[in-house]
Amino acid sequence: MSTGELRGSRLTKIYPGGVTALDDVSFVAHGGQVLTLLGPSGCGKTTLLRIVAGLEQPTTGTLELDGRRLDDVPPGRREVGFVFQNYALYPHLTVAENMGLALRVRGVPAADRSRRVREVAEMLGIAGMLGRRPAELSGGQQQRVALGRALARRPRLYLLDEPLSNLDAALREDMRAELKQLFRRLEATVLYVTHDQAEAMSLSDEVAVLRSGRIVQRAPPLDLYARPADLFVASFVGSPRINVWHGRADGRQLECRGVRVPLPERLGGREALAVGIRPEHVEVSDAEIPGAWPAELLVDEPIGPRSLLTLRVGGEEARALAEPREWPGRLWARWPADRLHWFDGATGGRL
Amino acid sequence: MNRLPRWLSRLAGQALFGAAVLALVAWSLAPAVWQALTALKPDAQITHMPLVYLPRPATWEHVARLWQRKPFGTYLLNSAWVSAWATLLCVAVAALAAARVARLSARSREGLLLGLLVISLFPPILLLFPLYEGARALGWINHSLALILPYAALNLPLALWVLESAFRQLPAALDEAGRVDGLSPLQRVALIHVPVALPAVATTALLVFIFCWNEFMLAVTFMTRDDRKTVTAGIASVSGASVYEIPWGQLAAAVLIATLPLLVLVLLFQRRIVAGLTRGAVKG
Repeated sequence: MSTGELRGSRLTKIYPGGVTALDDVSFVAHGGQVLTLLGPSGCGKTTLLRIVAGLEQPTTGTLELDGRRLDDVPPGRREVGFVFQNYALYPHLTVAENMGLALRVRGVPAADRSRRVREVAEMLGIAGMLGRRPAELSGGQQQRVALGRALARRPRLYLLDEPLSNLDAALREDMRAELKQLFRRLEATVLYVTHDQAEAMSLSDEVAVLRSGRIVQRAPPLDLYARPADLFVASFVGSPRINVWHGRADGRQLECRGVRVPLPERLGGREALAVGIRPEHVEVSDAEIPGAWPAELLVDEPIGPRSLLTLRVGGEEARALAEPREWPGRLWARWPADRLHWFDGATGGRL
Repeated sequence: MNRLPRWLSRLAGQALFGAAVLALVAWSLAPAVWQALTALKPDAQITHMPLVYLPRPATWEHVARLWQRKPFGTYLLNSAWVSAWATLLCVAVAALAAARVARLSARSREGLLLGLLVISLFPPILLLFPLYEGARALGWINHSLALILPYAALNLPLALWVLESAFRQLPAALDEAGRVDGLSPLQRVALIHVPVALPAVATTALLVFIFCWNEFMLAVTFMTRDDRKTVTAGIASVSGASVYEIPWGQLAAAVLIATLPLLVLVLLFQRRIVAGLTRGAVKG
């Protein structure tokens, strides 16, 4: 279980031209765990993954895998398996050859090779396709082959770069669950890159949220959801997105556009603040309830188990997940105090 | 004016297209056909006025005489040997270079390719004397290396141009997958670039081979011994019984025979190229 521990220290990547892709990033990926790098495009997550794979060199900083320095180790000797976003299968080789090439160039005897390839193929449910070429496979099958290619080498560390982004929605959900199960079974150390917060939440033991080349917050998925470190994480994680109102505080309440939100005592001395609440925590009622604001229903989107309501409260808008039924145009919305997230209005940091 | 019915206008279009194709084919094939007819005519009919179109009767005399008087089979073998090695060398070197050049930044890549183009525009005759001196100093006169190396070098710009553009189409991730799989740069070119871009590689090889096969100037200069000559130099040495007689029949036969291997090769490769293209192998 202790194998596959990756330690990155003070990694920086500055591209020629001056673009900073990574800005002093340090992290540890613990053995047997899935660490997801989550962030919008251009946040540096893929750069970080490629640096770990050895496909790019960091400008400064070091990497260690199980205590061994990786800085001068070429990609092929790092004992990492990489799954590319577009799979990058060798189009001229069969599925078996695709999965076995790394073993072949390493001099693994043919008999061992084909046994290992077959094992992996059976695990992934592609044993019947070993003789086919990538062009003859569906997207989902190609995805499995790409995974199998990484698996067959038995690496210490798996690197996955948005592996599900090319699949359609239904298949993506199936594969997500399957991947999770697979990682568990293999007790694999995984560094997983995605911009899809749902994927990150469902797959990961821990999620590191990146923004502008820095890790903003690192936490288990549910902590990330419950206690986002700043406004950026709060609005990036969770779907539908969190409601955020900015306003000025007078010591007792926060004055937003036409709404007043009572301030907790500990924030008495502050002025510029932002308050957030997740749509699923907003309480909606068609009769008046204590502490609720009168609201106007703008849009009602039934999305199955819940309905997503867009409300106007004073001069602000808020979205709420509510019971799926007919809602009147005028109703009452309440933000329970214990569900509120408070942020510094200027820095966005959690308070 | 009345418009033609649709089926008629379509028919007319097809007929026009067919006629154009036919004209093009006739235009391209006519010299070769004339060459073939000449090779099969008895001497008297070749220069006969009015023109005799079809040989009557056809004769294999010229072909037979060619073989009796000249080591024509040896010429062909020499050509094949020299062209094959030069092609192999040229494509191998060009593939290695192209794989790297294709990943250069646009600026340095375009600069490099433009430079190559400029260099390749110099007439090869400029190289003849330095090359001759070099070959003599090395004792390579009448040695196949004296042709193989310059042939490979002279065709390098063309091969690099074609292969570079083919390799640039390959997704970068394919090369990176090879790196992660532990392939050396040489293995990546041999096991990934070349097989994936096989149609382009085959086309390049074919073009280079044809240029080598047809090369005359260096061949006739460096190969002085009859048993070393390539087929182009060999044809030039076909002469008549007297200085004044030009053996048209034998020359025509020689040219025809020298062209046949290329024809076969093109047909073989063509199938290959088309097969490669229709497989739809390269997909992101």
